[in-house]
Amino acid sequence: MTPELKARFDQITQSHPIVLFMKGNALFPQCGFSARALSLLQPHGEVFTVDVLADPEVRQGIKDYTNWPTIPQIFIRGQFIGGSDILTELAERGELADLVAGKSPA
Amino acid sequence: MLDTDFIRSRILEALPGSEVEVRDTTGTGDHFEARVVSPDFAGKAMVQQHQLVYAPLQTWLKTGELHALALKTYSPEQWKKLGNR
Repeated sequence: MTPELKARFDQITQSHPIVLFMKGNALFPQCGFSARALSLLQPHGEVFTVDVLADPEVRQGIKDYTNWPTIPQIFIRGQFIGGSDILTELAERGELADLVAGKSPA
Repeated sequence: MLDTDFIRSRILEALPGSEVEVRDTTGTGDHFEARVVSPDFAGKAMVQQHQLVYAPLQTWLKTGELHALALKTYSPEQWKKLGNR
């Protein structure tokens, strides 16, 4: 990955409390997992979304950045949280709100 | 085709002392789900817990022999608090 791309990911993930790399955008999710991730996150605050379909470099780059093979990918308070399975599990355990509030170590 | 014992053994080798339960979700030997309770998970974010379980299975995930592995991971403390659901 180019240093420019890495810097871009650093910048995006650190400038918003909730960041979702997804297929499509908030109005038109292009994948069920992305749509579900979005709906799980939205109750917890504003979700900054990045459409990976808009840029092949970002689509592959984010996977290299996190060493995680699938989209969507979720960042909360600058920290990589995982994909939609982990997000679902965290929501079921009631831990999402605390994560967003910075109250737990994830 | 993989089986639940194989998956379980690989996870146990990587995370000795853990409690591992594996289910073949489709009966086709390539989609599994696992519940892992491991002392190694204490204080780790869920994504790190999952990475620890995926690590010993990378080879088979890469070839696609293992197509999907859905995970539930808990430290013993988390399991005590949230378990038996």
